[in-house]
Amino acid sequence: MATVIAFWVLAILSVVASIAMVVTKNPVRSALALVGTFICVAAFYILLSAQFIAAVQVIVYAGAIMVLFLFVIMLLNLGSPGALRERGSLQPIIATGLGICFLIALLLSGSLLSLPLPAGVRPAEYEPLGTVRAIGINLYDPNQPWLFPFEATSILLLVAVIGAIIMAKRKV
Amino acid sequence: MIFPEFVGGVHLPSLIPYIALAGMVGFILTILPGLIWIERVVIALMQDRSGPNRVGPRGLLQSTADVVKLFFKEDMIPQSADIKIYYLAPFLTVMCAFSAGAVLPLQTLTFRLANGDLQTFPLTVGDVNIGVLYILAISSLQVYGIVLAGWSSNNKYSLLGGLRASAQLISYELSMGLAILCVVMFAGTCQLDKIVDAQSGLPFGIPDGHTFIHEIFKGSIFSWFWLGTGIVPVIIYTIAMIAETNRSPFDLPEAESELIAGFHTEYSSMKFAMFFTAEYVSMLIVSGLNAALFWGGSLPPLNVLPFTLIPGFLWFIIKVMGGIFFFTWLRATYPRLRYDALMNLGWKRMLPLGLVWLFLLAVVSLGRGPAKSADNIPEKPVTASQQVQTNPNAVAHR
Repeated sequence: MATVIAFWVLAILSVVASIAMVVTKNPVRSALALVGTFICVAAFYILLSAQFIAAVQVIVYAGAIMVLFLFVIMLLNLGSPGALRERGSLQPIIATGLGICFLIALLLSGSLLSLPLPAGVRPAEYEPLGTVRAIGINLYDPNQPWLFPFEATSILLLVAVIGAIIMAKRKV
Repeated sequence: MIFPEFVGGVHLPSLIPYIALAGMVGFILTILPGLIWIERVVIALMQDRSGPNRVGPRGLLQSTADVVKLFFKEDMIPQSADIKIYYLAPFLTVMCAFSAGAVLPLQTLTFRLANGDLQTFPLTVGDVNIGVLYILAISSLQVYGIVLAGWSSNNKYSLLGGLRASAQLISYELSMGLAILCVVMFAGTCQLDKIVDAQSGLPFGIPDGHTFIHEIFKGSIFSWFWLGTGIVPVIIYTIAMIAETNRSPFDLPEAESELIAGFHTEYSSMKFAMFFTAEYVSMLIVSGLNAALFWGGSLPPLNVLPFTLIPGFLWFIIKVMGGIFFFTWLRATYPRLRYDALMNLGWKRMLPLGLVWLFLLAVVSLGRGPAKSADNIPEKPVTASQQVQTNPNAVAHR
């Protein structure tokens, strides 16, 4: 019961925050609304007993990426919010159309009409899956198939980091 | 001391979070005026001044007078401020500062279960398996309060303070994370109470035994992680924790000689008091994390009689207060760093040192095998498919 209440409160909060992010004209407030959405998503992960991913979501998205966004927005000093408005752009119309298509697809797949979790199955029963320990074992155990993809991804990320440093360095 | 599991039909272990919550919030709120008094007295001692000596005996009521003054001060709002965010910022800062304390383990409580077994429970608000990550996540959210305060005041000094704060927090969070990672690797868990448990063994790899020496040094100051991880992580963490709380000598976001008061220049009355509160609360929290990670949490420094008489939570508080004293000591001793020196220290000294040390410790811990913590009992890996299959309801609904 508590889970259901928490779900609906979070659902309303996250939808309101994401709509506010799109609608707000002030870039700083828009960024803040996006942070709110990220935190709501982290809370959803906790409801799904994926605690590790929830913590990482907050650390990486809300704590690092959005702080950089805010940093840039504040440094740019974009002036009056009115000057930022796009005119004669097709983007809002296309975006609305695609969004409606996505909603219809969701409805058709039954995700909105019948919740995917069967009655009687409580998220708490998946609890060991989302802990740091379970994720660590799944990632690093040689018997699991995830060790190679994980290492490949980490090398890709390392290459991206070195590339970013080299590109930034050239201009100095 | 062993508590029974049930008293008058009440299941005591399930009351732990509420007791811990009340204790944590009560302790923080009652100690705050004391902290400000301690800071003033200690700095006065170090600078050979009198310090507070007018209000109450030895100036003890000075903080109370300050709070009363702050309550009755006029609350001013800058004309072109972004009002909503201007109001939100101090609340965000205080909320993040307080909520980080939820996972700090104050003490280990032993209960005698109904079937006669003994079981220990940590005295924390939330005994979550992501303990360390939770604190990192909350402290990474703490930037927002400061940055938004600086931006919404619509004052160039405030904005500069806010930008400095965010740059500084991002830079030092990395080194802090690396130092914490060293401890997590040795303890084999992210859960703070188990990290404290992992420090209760014998130091220097002494083999098990039951002699007098073994009894004294079990869980003593030598087996805590400040020595166990080789001193470098604790130094990195201590420097990073001062930078994270924006305290002197890293108080550039509110450098009064350059930026008036930095991000809270435009805040007055209780909103200023909230920033002040948040600063002191986060000092307590990072000192608490330092105590739990590197200084043995609630363990006494030597396992002999005069030390073991003091209960665990008092040891924890003593260690936290040691951290507060250290903060004050530094403030009285060091001048403020120049901005580029601050960035150089963070990115060019501490980060490479932390990375190299983490690598070295990884090699060491490979050599001595897996950590002997409760989190490391060998067990079959859990996969999604296995989970669903072991769940009869899920199968029935297929």
